[in-house]
Amino acid sequence: MINCLLAGVGGQGIVLASKLIAYAAMSKGLIVRTAETIGMAQRGGCVMSHVRMGEALHSPMISLKSAHIVIGFEPAEAVRCLSYLREGGTVIVSRKAIKPVTDSLSNTDYDGDEMLKYLGSHVNSLIIVDTEAVFAECGSEKVLNIALLGAAVASCGLGVSLKDMEKTIAEKLPQDFIEMNLKALRAGAKTVLKESIG
Amino acid sequence: MKIELLMGNQAIAMGAIRAGVGVVTGYPGTPSTEILETIAKNNPGHIYVEWSVNEKVALEVAAGAAYAGMRTMVTMKQVGLNVASDPLMSLAYIGVKGGMVIVVADDPGPISSQTEQDTRHFGIYAKLPVFDPSSPEEAYLMIGDAFEYSEKYNTPVIFRPTTRVCHGYAAVNLDENSYEVKLEGFIKDPKWAIFPRLSYQNHLTIEARLPVIAEDFSLYRFNSVVGSGTKGLATGGINYAYTCETLLALEAECKIFKVATPHPFPEELAMKFLEGLEEVLVVEELDPVIEKELVYICGKHHLSVKIKGKLTQHLQNAGENTVESVTQAVATFLKIPVSPAKQLEDLPVLPVRPPVLCAGCPHRASFYAVKQAMKGQKAVFSGDIGCYTLGNAKPLEMVDTCLCMGAGITIAQGLHRAESATVNVAFIGDSTFFHSGIPGVINAVYNESDIVMIVLDNSTTAMTGHQPHPGTGKTMMGTISEKISIGKVLLALGVKHVITRDPFKLDQSIIAVQEAAAYKGVSAVIFQSPCIALVEPAQVHSVDADKCTGCKICIRELGCPAMIKDHDKVRIDHSLCYGCSICEQVCPFKAIGGAYR
Repeated sequence: MINCLLAGVGGQGIVLASKLIAYAAMSKGLIVRTAETIGMAQRGGCVMSHVRMGEALHSPMISLKSAHIVIGFEPAEAVRCLSYLREGGTVIVSRKAIKPVTDSLSNTDYDGDEMLKYLGSHVNSLIIVDTEAVFAECGSEKVLNIALLGAAVASCGLGVSLKDMEKTIAEKLPQDFIEMNLKALRAGAKTVLKESIG
Repeated sequence: MKIELLMGNQAIAMGAIRAGVGVVTGYPGTPSTEILETIAKNNPGHIYVEWSVNEKVALEVAAGAAYAGMRTMVTMKQVGLNVASDPLMSLAYIGVKGGMVIVVADDPGPISSQTEQDTRHFGIYAKLPVFDPSSPEEAYLMIGDAFEYSEKYNTPVIFRPTTRVCHGYAAVNLDENSYEVKLEGFIKDPKWAIFPRLSYQNHLTIEARLPVIAEDFSLYRFNSVVGSGTKGLATGGINYAYTCETLLALEAECKIFKVATPHPFPEELAMKFLEGLEEVLVVEELDPVIEKELVYICGKHHLSVKIKGKLTQHLQNAGENTVESVTQAVATFLKIPVSPAKQLEDLPVLPVRPPVLCAGCPHRASFYAVKQAMKGQKAVFSGDIGCYTLGNAKPLEMVDTCLCMGAGITIAQGLHRAESATVNVAFIGDSTFFHSGIPGVINAVYNESDIVMIVLDNSTTAMTGHQPHPGTGKTMMGTISEKISIGKVLLALGVKHVITRDPFKLDQSIIAVQEAAAYKGVSAVIFQSPCIALVEPAQVHSVDADKCTGCKICIRELGCPAMIKDHDKVRIDHSLCYGCSICEQVCPFKAIGGAYR
């Protein structure tokens, strides 16, 4: 059984990423359950998507300390759901911080570095994705979700191969977006930075 | 058979299509919205689907079709049933001919609702059968069963999933065959007109029928008693999944009673469960419904089984259960030692991310215009339900009250009766206006109130994911009907001062609000500008770093998520900016403009 938790900010394409993981796992004959936050919590707020794959699954939600892999679409959001990570689990995180409006309003200065440092000192298996480099390579900022998916696949934590995911993307996404997303998937897989900070 | 990854709500819809549903009505509301949308998207052609103006109307339209023998379904969220409660209570007495399923999605938490009410209790109150699915795949089959029971007993039935079933995804085996309804049509009969005498007789019938249905439910396929021992767990809905997960994690076994039909309670099956037990822990969310039924049965049959649950403080009374909270409760109950999950140490301070109005949202401009117009005057702002409830947040702080759908206009009237020197401003969205705003307007005009209505018309039901409504002219059958003009409705209702403005023209908007506030009597300003999700972004804006003094007035006044504090200046995130231009209008140094620099 593999539990994968995706966390970020509303609008980052987390739901699509979690669906693609589920589809890829289903095509391998696994039982899949997922759960996501929809509704008021979505607008600019924290969004979490739970993906569970394997056998004998009942709850669509991942329990604390039992995620094999956490995909953080934003540094602070990865830290926020770190309590879900199981011992020895992997964290994939996008380097780019998203400042909340409340941060601009108050006099705090959140930039994500402190979060990445915390992850570096608390997670043994940490992969930081250089978001800006992926954006530059793909020429779009809308591909973050697929790039992170690429990194997650490359980390071998999902139990799905890059080929499986490419096939799923080709099957499930609208024709016009397939090429760009395949590019993002590969870019994500490629730019996996195995550095750890701190 | 075809296997598909479906959201619980999609599974409910596909199950209803399979069951031969012919008319589906509803009003959007999280977590129920996707059910009706999925029906419309997968309409084989013969199903009539509509977003009705509100839940009461939806339930009545569906009831009419069910009188004629059609299988009908109504969808809404739990608070929607409050609106539909009038027809619901009477319909329970009248009954139906075609199967009628009222899908009411409950929202433990609550995650996006005003209350944590439990629709199972509504079922008990209305004396209607209630179905409670525990997973998307079960919901797919159970909705078909619900139609059958409805026809078997000529009664509407309630189907109540909760958020985690509605929005959870699972692989569902889709049956390609579907049930075909042979429509008999409406047959005139005195039984369709409710009168006190008929109500009395039907009340007797209902009371006599409930134990029969309860007996039937004891044999129902999704109700079950498994396992053995002297300790038992009783549960239902998503909590059944949490309970199974818990027992796996604890490597424990005990007797389990799964309740898929909480009303009328399957007493015979419950007796089978209680037999030989010393104590029971009831694992459920919202109200202690199963728990009270078990306490009642134990009392009735003089059973000395200890029933533990919410009433005995063994489970929380409010909020959502989780696998963790259930594991804690079950472990304590079974006397299995578990160490609570260790808290992470020295966690850095995490940025808070409250939901905010989107960058470019016209509501921000409208709120800002009203705020500016009311500066220096004593004013109270009554809000309503929709995206614009988020206008309560800093820095706008323009929602002083919010109660329920349509209550902004009426609360403002009440406040004004108490303090007539205050300017009472009521905000209402376009969909909410049609839903339940209109009677409040009529009341204000008729009773000579003095309030300012601000209609935030963004041409959609935005909060729930952009459903059409009477003002948009688009229907769920894909046709274009005549758009109902809010302005003309207001004039027809006798509102004499009605002005329509584009909220992004700040100066004009502020003047319009000032004029409306100065008007004695009921006045209205309609701020018309489509939701950003419906339009292409205009030219994105940028800050000229040379002109920006870093005063941050733009950020402090507007709270737009695209505006970012960047060292001692302000920067605009081009991936979020919709070019609405209010920051340009607010900047005292003309440092913001509509082009890349």
